[in-house]
Amino acid sequence: MECGVYFTDYRADMALRRKPAERIRLWLFAIAAVAFPFVATPYGLTLANQVAIAVVGAIGLNILVGYTGQISLGQGAFMAVGAYGAGLLTLRLGLPWGVSMVLAALLTAAVGAFFGLPSLRLKGLYLAVATLAAQEIVEWVVTHWTALTGGTEALVLPPPMLAGVRLNTDFRFYWLAVSIAAGTALFTANLFRSRVGRAFVAIRDQDIAAGTMGVNVFRYKLLAFATSSFFVGLAGALIAFYRTIVSWERFTLETSVVYLAMLIVGGLGSVSGAFFGATLITLLPAGIGTVGRALQDTAPAVASLLPHVQQALFGAVIILFLVFEPEGLAKLWRNVKDYFHVWPFGYRS
Amino acid sequence: MDVFLQLTVSGLSNGMVYALAAVGLVVIYKSSDVINFAQGELLLFGAYLSFSAIAQFGLPWNGGVAVTLVFAVGLGLLIERLALRPLIGQPVISMIMVTVGLSSVLRAVTTAIWGAQPRTFPVFLPGGGITVGSAVLGMDRLVLIPTAAIVLVLFGLFFRYTRDGIAMRAIADDQQAALSMGISVKRMIGLAWALACVSAALGGVMLGNIVGVSQNISAIGLRVFPVVILGGLDSIAGAVIAGPIIGLLEAYTGGYVGHGLNLVVPFVALIVILMVRPYGLFGRPVIERV
Repeated sequence: MECGVYFTDYRADMALRRKPAERIRLWLFAIAAVAFPFVATPYGLTLANQVAIAVVGAIGLNILVGYTGQISLGQGAFMAVGAYGAGLLTLRLGLPWGVSMVLAALLTAAVGAFFGLPSLRLKGLYLAVATLAAQEIVEWVVTHWTALTGGTEALVLPPPMLAGVRLNTDFRFYWLAVSIAAGTALFTANLFRSRVGRAFVAIRDQDIAAGTMGVNVFRYKLLAFATSSFFVGLAGALIAFYRTIVSWERFTLETSVVYLAMLIVGGLGSVSGAFFGATLITLLPAGIGTVGRALQDTAPAVASLLPHVQQALFGAVIILFLVFEPEGLAKLWRNVKDYFHVWPFGYRS
Repeated sequence: MDVFLQLTVSGLSNGMVYALAAVGLVVIYKSSDVINFAQGELLLFGAYLSFSAIAQFGLPWNGGVAVTLVFAVGLGLLIERLALRPLIGQPVISMIMVTVGLSSVLRAVTTAIWGAQPRTFPVFLPGGGITVGSAVLGMDRLVLIPTAAIVLVLFGLFFRYTRDGIAMRAIADDQQAALSMGISVKRMIGLAWALACVSAALGGVMLGNIVGVSQNISAIGLRVFPVVILGGLDSIAGAVIAGPIIGLLEAYTGGYVGHGLNLVVPFVALIVILMVRPYGLFGRPVIERV
């Protein structure tokens, strides 16, 4: 019987899925994801699409914040670049949606790398403040460059076509959103088995040490900004095609904060953390809304307070996780797994 | 010339409110290396508290402000004890996110208590205006500038001469040395939060006088960042000087350039300052550099 994880060669240690149980869980999860749209209610499908898009954005942000340790408050701005990029390329240049989505993500990567330039000189709090400024500046450009973006008017997009099928329902869009989310997760999990990914982690843990070990700190920081922004832009483009309406209100500082909250709640520096956090933070308002409708008749006074409760709970969840479980849901999940893995030989240290 | 005068007065008065908010931010940063993203909500809370005390409970304005300040001190101590103290020694992102969480909670609490509608503030700064040439200058704004200046000077005197003020400067300088001299670092950080809440509440009360109370007040929380970066994150004098500078910058761009550019110019300035002189006008030049 196993009482821990003991690998005897590097191949086993570096494998993407290291234990048989992990492989089984992954298959089960994949089957559940494929089966889900056939059993889910329309509302459930809407939520699933939102979660899938949020997962892409959260994994993207996690590459920058969780793995490379560069705090960014510019998530909303980068998503705006992705969404408006995809929208304008489709509307103005008439590009097919797939092409404009990839181009928009690449454009976001470029913008991300540009706003990553201050990281040449700044880190920690100062970098966070610099990205805050980036967020405000991009937001201003989007709302004031009327000729390009339509300003505060929303862009209206056609829903994407895939093999002759218009992806205009939740059921149809689900497959696109989930496959992109799965691709993002797979790419990121593999990225951190590679030289580049480990350079990111080295920079997070101790940038000076990383530099002395031959990691070109500045280059890899910019690369982290670009890679992260690519996925963030992809998430923005997905939102654009999912909603078929692009308006700047979706990409404010609030958005940046929500995505950072996903990482805090889920767990910094892991793909599963980004997934857990994105799921919880996306479902939280929906859950409270459901409670609100249930209470509408029995206790209207409580139901009318719920919008405030929702905002307060959002803040409280962040604070409670920081205080009681700074490593987030991913850590809780790991605890559960470890408990069963070494059972009955587990002990509390 | 008239436009210039009007813009100057409105820029200076806004700038003084920025300075009050910024002082709180600097005090917290100095004592505990935490950047408070909830500063705008603290202003909001102060404005609403004094609104309640004066308009709803019928206190005279000076009594109302006094009650507000007492509550502000309590709020500051409470925040520090519940949210910040458990996180001592945690990474920067935790510190940022905990104050972000706080801002969300505070905003929810204010809307739950006072609603989302703007309220008419029981104005006590003198109204009316003075006509200089053909420019009409709001009396309330003219009174606000010296009042805020006096408050800021009092803060300065507190740090310069009182025992607690000196202790706070000591922990800002070197926490371990301060600890070994018998200063309670925890108490001082609590005090820093209390002071930040007090200065924010005063800023909120003054802002309430000139623009009324609504959720929009919390927007100041973001506009304070260019101020503290320009002045230097760890310099109180810097915050006091940079507040009016940013206020004037905003007012002049708003008045002469337009296009809503006044909303974004402070942030462009922020980026430029960070690239050229990251420690600001008066900050200590030892900031984390790469």
